[in-house]
Amino acid sequence: MSQETKETQMKHAKTATQNACKLCNPLGACLAFRGIENCVPFLHGSQGCATYIRRYLISHYKEPIDIASSNFHEETAVFGGSHNLQAGLKNVTQQYKPEVIGIATTCLSETIGDDVEGILREYRKREKNGTPMPILIHASTPSYQGSHIDGFHAAVRSSVKALAEKGATGNLVNIFPNMVSPADLRYLKEILGEFRLPYMMLPDYSETMDGGPWGEYHRIPPGGTPARAIATAGRASGSIEFSSTIEPSKSAASYLEESFGVRKHHLTLPIGIKASDRFFALLETLTERATPERYEAERRRLVDAYADGHKYVFEKRVIIYGEEDLVIAMTAFLSEIGITPVLCASGGKSGMLRKKIEEIVPDLDEKEIKVREGVDFVDIEDEAQLLKPDFLIGNSKGFTLSRKNNIPLIRIGFPIHDRFGGQRMHHLGYRGTQELFDRIVNTVIEQRQNASSIGYTYM
Amino acid sequence: MEQIGILEGRQKQVFEKKTGTTQADIACDTSSLSGSVSQRACVFCGSRVVLYPVADALHLVHGPIGCAAYTWDIRGAVSSGPELHRLSFSTDLQEIDVIYGGEKKLYQSLIELIDKYKPKAAFIYSTCIVGLIGDDIEAVCRKVAKETGIPVLPVHSEGFKGTKKDGYKAACHALMKLIGTESTEGISKRSINILGEFNLAGEAWMIKDYYKKMGVEVVATLTGDGRIDAVRRAHGASLNVVQCSGSMTSLAKEMEEKYGIPFIRVSYFGIEDMSKSLYDVATYFSDCPEIMEAAKGVVREEVTTLYPQLQKFKKALSGKKAAIYVGGAFKTFSLIKALRSIGMSVVLAGSQTGNKDDYRRLKEMCDEGTIIVDDSNPVELSKFILEKEADLLIGGVKERPIAFKLGVGFCDHNHERKIPLAGFEGMYNFALEVYQSVMSPVWQFAPRKGGLK
Repeated sequence: MSQETKETQMKHAKTATQNACKLCNPLGACLAFRGIENCVPFLHGSQGCATYIRRYLISHYKEPIDIASSNFHEETAVFGGSHNLQAGLKNVTQQYKPEVIGIATTCLSETIGDDVEGILREYRKREKNGTPMPILIHASTPSYQGSHIDGFHAAVRSSVKALAEKGATGNLVNIFPNMVSPADLRYLKEILGEFRLPYMMLPDYSETMDGGPWGEYHRIPPGGTPARAIATAGRASGSIEFSSTIEPSKSAASYLEESFGVRKHHLTLPIGIKASDRFFALLETLTERATPERYEAERRRLVDAYADGHKYVFEKRVIIYGEEDLVIAMTAFLSEIGITPVLCASGGKSGMLRKKIEEIVPDLDEKEIKVREGVDFVDIEDEAQLLKPDFLIGNSKGFTLSRKNNIPLIRIGFPIHDRFGGQRMHHLGYRGTQELFDRIVNTVIEQRQNASSIGYTYM
Repeated sequence: MEQIGILEGRQKQVFEKKTGTTQADIACDTSSLSGSVSQRACVFCGSRVVLYPVADALHLVHGPIGCAAYTWDIRGAVSSGPELHRLSFSTDLQEIDVIYGGEKKLYQSLIELIDKYKPKAAFIYSTCIVGLIGDDIEAVCRKVAKETGIPVLPVHSEGFKGTKKDGYKAACHALMKLIGTESTEGISKRSINILGEFNLAGEAWMIKDYYKKMGVEVVATLTGDGRIDAVRRAHGASLNVVQCSGSMTSLAKEMEEKYGIPFIRVSYFGIEDMSKSLYDVATYFSDCPEIMEAAKGVVREEVTTLYPQLQKFKKALSGKKAAIYVGGAFKTFSLIKALRSIGMSVVLAGSQTGNKDDYRRLKEMCDEGTIIVDDSNPVELSKFILEKEADLLIGGVKERPIAFKLGVGFCDHNHERKIPLAGFEGMYNFALEVYQSVMSPVWQFAPRKGGLK
């Protein structure tokens, strides 16, 4: 082992997480529950969890997001959360008149060992004749396990588990899009609409997290997938799930396949031409229709743009970080335009990151592509100082290291707290890839233009 | 439009001012109602906001990742030197730690971080889970302090053990352990500490400058642009000036008891309260009349510049209505006065953590028909904004989208802001921000204002 490698490893021998490149489990669950129509996310734990998560989401989405909390006190922690949870559900029902309440646990309620399912059973029984009973969905999301993406998947899976029913198989398709932007969700819906494919998309926060102004007060913003639509998930002919790393035990599509025989189609998030092609090819197979002309046109323009911009990006070296599925999909895209992701990093720890990236770039060692999971931004910074990338791609939390080390940051994904319009940014399909490609090329152009003393007006 | 009701358990925390009737005191100082979507945070949040600006200390959050991730670089509290406070450190507890305890991880983390970042002290924040698994944080802190030679202070901020106010207390308790541990040699008799000023957007620097012009020495600002060494010498000041009363009064009281330092409550928002905060300090040092003279000079100079600048805003904003919902009630008093000085009235005034005295005073100050509310939530706030036809909401990040959705202007007056709103200069910024939001032509498209199409 070279001295340098040893030193790098020494530097990494660190116990505390410094500037985390992940968020906690319940955040993902709250966002996913926001994608169900007339649903209030409810955190079973301390008041702070709900408030912090609201603040964090609002700073990205710029939308009101009400998350209820069972608001533990000391006695609650000692005697259990049953009383608070039930009182909270009653109050939320009264104030929001929701159709669904999405209950996610926190480290607190998980550690004291509350039997949430049991409490909900008791509540349903007791309140049977009271106010109208919303559907209560429970996702187990202890903050000491996994990260926000696990909470997201847990909420999606438990919603399907709670609601999906048996029935005659129709031509409906389920789509589980992963934690993508409201703009991405709208684009997916548009595509499925153009293919005339009836679908059930979960979650769908395309309107609830990026909606219009209100003439009057909405307790719960309009939009989202109705509970009755989720109920049809068991009768679908197939499920499309965008994820490279989701374990069957955490996947809604796997649940539907096991319980209802709904065939699952796992795809990488469709970013880049190849991955988007696979998505469109799947839609062609499922619908027995050709890809609508407008998407063929989008693809043609994208191929044309690749040609126009290829010289700017070829052999650029980037660090890509974020949720594992996003990192994998972005690596596929970057590889097809000749950019080398010198570091693919995630705060997540599925244990699959390297393997999945190897499937896309089999010669990753030769190309000196490093893959690291379970890292924080201090690890990424240490790597950046050695690897000297041309730019960083990831959420806005990389700004601290971007500024300090003078490496430009291209913001994608979640959260984007220091730029406007993160919720309207596309990532998926030909359209999203086009947007990403334009932004990457422009970053290179801007860098060159600024670095030149001549002041070129044509670049 | 559908009527929005108020939850039964919350009805005593809301009232509308009506003179000539006997109104019972508002219910406050209680924990939030389960399921009510309070705008409050938790004990941890209270501690974290108070200690956050101490820039040369290590702030280690002992718990799962969320608490540290959501408070990373969260405040606009700036430092003139070290910026260790802007990093986020967590023991990132995993399931195995929850089962076997997190003490070893905490110890190891501290040793490594102190070695790497060389802080002047370390604050260790307990989170919910730590309170359950029973880690002996005190023991770990003592051990690390002994080994590293720096103060390592536990902050008992388990989220569920009270409200945000208890978090303030826990933070003050940690500060109290530092105060009195350094020499006070060379500190002037005419000296103060500023408590509860967090140097958001450099506000503490402006305020300190006013006092400097008056010939008053500021020993420590707690905690804006905070330094451990300054905190340790804080007991050498003659007077404590408490700005954010909610968070720091307990520290002021403790210092009075232990060191005999009296305190006064001030506010730096708005011309009236800002001026008063200078005069009150000058009055305290009345044995030195030059200080009062200098204070008058500062006020004269500042107001002479500011007053004409405000007239443009006042003309535009006259008759407009504001709703206020902020963390501490003391701030609402100043905001009401500041809004009045630019021609605006207040139709809703509320806070997350006000006490009975605060609300009594608020009631005295408010106009007839004003809604006064404790620990409110989005549903109630929206109801009152609509019913009272407010043109402006003053609040924090969580309140902002409520205003914008409803087509109402908004002024950020919480700890994330990047514009100084304190002091005389801050009053100008405040008026400008209110003006720019309320008078923006974009509201013509809001459905509530007719929804131009």
